[in-house]
Amino acid sequence: MGSCSSHAAVIPDLDNIRRETGFSQASLLRLYHRFRALDRNNKGYLSHTDFQQIGALAVNPLGDRIVDSFFPDGNHQVDFSGFVRVLAHFRPVDEEDPGMRDPKQPEPLNSRMNKLRFAFQLYDLDRDGKISRHEMLQVLRLMVGVQVTEEQLESIADRTVQEADEDGDGAVSFLEFAKSLEKMNVEQKMSIRVLK
Amino acid sequence: MALLAGRLCAVLGALALALPRTGAVDEQPGDAHGASQGFQIVTFKWHHVQDPYIIALWILVASLAKIVFHLSHKVTSVVPESALLIVLGLVLGGIVWAADHIASFTLTPTLFFFYLLPPIVLDAGYFMPNRLFFGNLGTILLYAVIGTVWNAATTGLSLYGVFCSGLMGDLKTGLLDFLLFGSLIAAVDPVAVLAVFEEVHVNEVLFIIVFGESLLNDAVTVVLYNVFESFVMIGGDKVTGVDCVKGIVSFFVVSLGGTLVGVVFAFLLSLVTRFTKHVRIIEPGFVFVISYLSYLTSEMLSLSAILAITFCGICCQKYVKANISEQSATTVRYTMKMLASGAETIIFMFLGISAVDPLIWTWNTAFVLLTLVFISVYRAIGVVLQTWILNRYRMVQLETIDQVVMSYGGLRGAVAYALVVLLDETKVKEKNLFVSTTLIVVFFTVIFQGLTIKPLVQWLKVKRSEEREPKLNEKLHGRAFDHILSAIEDISGQIGHNYLRDKWSNFDRKVLSKVLMRRSAQKSRDRILNVFHELNLKDAISYVTEGERRGSLAFIRSPSTDNMVNVDFSTPRPSTVEASVSYLLRENVSAVCLDMQSLEQRRRSIRDTEDMVTHHTLQQYLYKPRQEYKHLYSRHKLTPSEADKQDKEIFHRTMRKRLESFKSAKLGINQNKKAAKLYKRERAQKRRNSSIPNGKLLMESPAHNFTIKEKDLELSDTEEVPDYEAEETSGGIEFLANVTKDTASDSPAGIDNPVFFPDEDLYPSIIARVPPWLCPGETVVPSQRARVQIPQSPSNFRRLAPFRLSNKSVDSILLVDSPEERLHTLPESTHM
Repeated sequence: MGSCSSHAAVIPDLDNIRRETGFSQASLLRLYHRFRALDRNNKGYLSHTDFQQIGALAVNPLGDRIVDSFFPDGNHQVDFSGFVRVLAHFRPVDEEDPGMRDPKQPEPLNSRMNKLRFAFQLYDLDRDGKISRHEMLQVLRLMVGVQVTEEQLESIADRTVQEADEDGDGAVSFLEFAKSLEKMNVEQKMSIRVLK
Repeated sequence: MALLAGRLCAVLGALALALPRTGAVDEQPGDAHGASQGFQIVTFKWHHVQDPYIIALWILVASLAKIVFHLSHKVTSVVPESALLIVLGLVLGGIVWAADHIASFTLTPTLFFFYLLPPIVLDAGYFMPNRLFFGNLGTILLYAVIGTVWNAATTGLSLYGVFCSGLMGDLKTGLLDFLLFGSLIAAVDPVAVLAVFEEVHVNEVLFIIVFGESLLNDAVTVVLYNVFESFVMIGGDKVTGVDCVKGIVSFFVVSLGGTLVGVVFAFLLSLVTRFTKHVRIIEPGFVFVISYLSYLTSEMLSLSAILAITFCGICCQKYVKANISEQSATTVRYTMKMLASGAETIIFMFLGISAVDPLIWTWNTAFVLLTLVFISVYRAIGVVLQTWILNRYRMVQLETIDQVVMSYGGLRGAVAYALVVLLDETKVKEKNLFVSTTLIVVFFTVIFQGLTIKPLVQWLKVKRSEEREPKLNEKLHGRAFDHILSAIEDISGQIGHNYLRDKWSNFDRKVLSKVLMRRSAQKSRDRILNVFHELNLKDAISYVTEGERRGSLAFIRSPSTDNMVNVDFSTPRPSTVEASVSYLLRENVSAVCLDMQSLEQRRRSIRDTEDMVTHHTLQQYLYKPRQEYKHLYSRHKLTPSEADKQDKEIFHRTMRKRLESFKSAKLGINQNKKAAKLYKRERAQKRRNSSIPNGKLLMESPAHNFTIKEKDLELSDTEEVPDYEAEETSGGIEFLANVTKDTASDSPAGIDNPVFFPDEDLYPSIIARVPPWLCPGETVVPSQRARVQIPQSPSNFRRLAPFRLSNKSVDSILLVDSPEERLHTLPESTHM
């Protein structure tokens, strides 16, 4: 929409972003418009405030955590390339044979592992590479209705951790996390088809 | 309700017209008795009640059949209900015919168009997911208009071509008859489509496109049908170019006129419901009667009646839902669903029954088969061509799978049947052939395609082979993924910002809502605002409760003005903050309370909770991602209240969390550890302060005047709280009751009532930046004392601002979060 009138050239650093994220030019342009729309006052970057203006996020139990994931390393602003980089995790996996990929290239952002890693870091708040029981409980608390008692929640958290925990350290490492989901079609589940 | 009853009678009466007498035999016993002379205590008057009685029995049979179908989940999950009903109709028709040898019950056009169709279409309009519908309006219109014309033309012409080749044998028809037939068979039927698609879970965009197309193509069908019918009447040779132009013009008149009638009646309806405050009991009736009038009016003006009632429903839903009381809204919802669902049941059953009549059956293998082939093939071609064009402009591409489903989902239904029955036999010589072919087409599409579309959809998608129960991790993370996806979609702006939509919502807010909504409704119209309002209310209530408990409201005045004077705000000192925010409330609920509780509970809990229980709990109580419950229309199910509840819960949490994180970010407090300590300290302070004998808020502050000018309702004193209660008659009271209970047990939570914080100085700047839907409804007048303790420097003021948990809502809070905005948004707040 509107892709004819406005030009993709307005996007700074277009080529690098394209290479890194794999987005098509049209998608990038659309995302750029979105970025500009979210960016009040044309600051050139987004702050927490800008994200929190999206009303639907307030009723998403994980909304705030997802917003936080746009701001790695305690930054308070995210520019367009950072914005797109996060969204690139959700690009559908290309149909072409993954074996054809140049091994020297880094794994694309939308690979299965990167999709999982993105989800993982939403749980792993203290960034120690493990989802502790406490962290699991926090997520559960966010995602489960008030009807469930704290006691039940704890029991669920315990079981969830135990189920995935293989080395018995009482926490779920990234590998264990990925393993527990190996049967799931993450590629499909964590892709948005608009983001091409 | 009286109106409803009246309408029901009308329906029954009409059914009676359609249903002739089977009671002939049954009358005998009554007559035999009647021979005796004098007064009789009991008489048997069958024919007195015959017609409505039979109708009621049919409805009962249909409803019972539905019960029976749903007894077996296996059957209904494989076979669509519409197909089952048609089969049932065939069986019943067979029985009746075997007994009587007359096809006595048929679906007549009058019955169908006047009484069965309107409730279904109204239901579709009233529960239409507006945003989705208008977001895809262009696509829908293209399919509905061009697609239908294409289908009609190609089917008609191809059949005529085959006819000319002599394959069909000798038929008394011409080109126009074929085009007429093509036009009535071309339209995808809203009733059939929905009946099938509801059970096939396709994505919402696809759903709305097929569904919207089936609703909107009515205008095209009506026009094509009328044009060709009149051409047939005139006679093929006398049709001139002028007539063709007239036909095209009439399309615009019919469609736009129908839409206009719908919009006008929606306006009327919204306006009427604005003033029904004192006649709550008949409120729901208006919705039905006025929308029905829109249908009849446009029928009277020979405009598209379906468009009229659809748009009446679409346009009025927002205002009506806001205006009528909660109970009335529930009544409307259930009545509408009941009527629509019932009408649908009857339609399909009678379609089956109508087919059992040897008189209408004229078989022509070539014609029937070719019609089936042509409508399927041309639909597919049409869909592919149009999608190819559309995909160049659409943001959400329609993929191959979608196209297959769309082509395959082109079900024909009762509209085509009713139209074909309307044909005049003297002009259209092969009417019976057309009727039987239409019936075959309807049955084929509804039963065969209806049966196969579900497996087809599943087969086309990547199949999930595993049958096992997913593990806990998968269940939990799977749901988390859904939420993540939904959030990312919102962030990436899938639907995007639309200039027209912004314009419209502006106009709606400034003009329409003011005219069409009650004042109270205007204020609480936004859902999020609503939630926020409740949050505030909750705070206010707990605050008052606390006040009553202490016998004084003095504690509002936050701790000692004297220690405020020289506070250094540049260093993160919690002293003012504790005093001013409702963080106590939050802490209480989220961390302190629950943890204590859980500690205790853990001790006595039975650790070996069964896996099953856990799974079950998760299954039941995990929040559903937004996409799953919004946006979707279902004729048979009502679930919005669940969704609202969930939204509220999450919203409450989010707001609390944001406040907490804001606080810790700005002031460097480690929430979890210090919370309890702060809490205690603050309570101590409170206790000290409560001894200050000052139970009344000062009213003569300049702020007060300001507020009065700006708003029509203010919460200037605690006494105002009951007013809220009165305003929100239905939901409010229960809510209050709950809250009061909660807080009573909750110890002095919510002493620091955010509602009582000043914010009017920020007002202009906030207004400028708050998105329209967040624009403030009411505000709060702060006490003089409260204002006194506002720090004197602008930056400090800004820093405090977020703790006004007022109805400026999220944004006012967020506003403060970005330091770079401080400078230029800051008004001269120092004058205090």
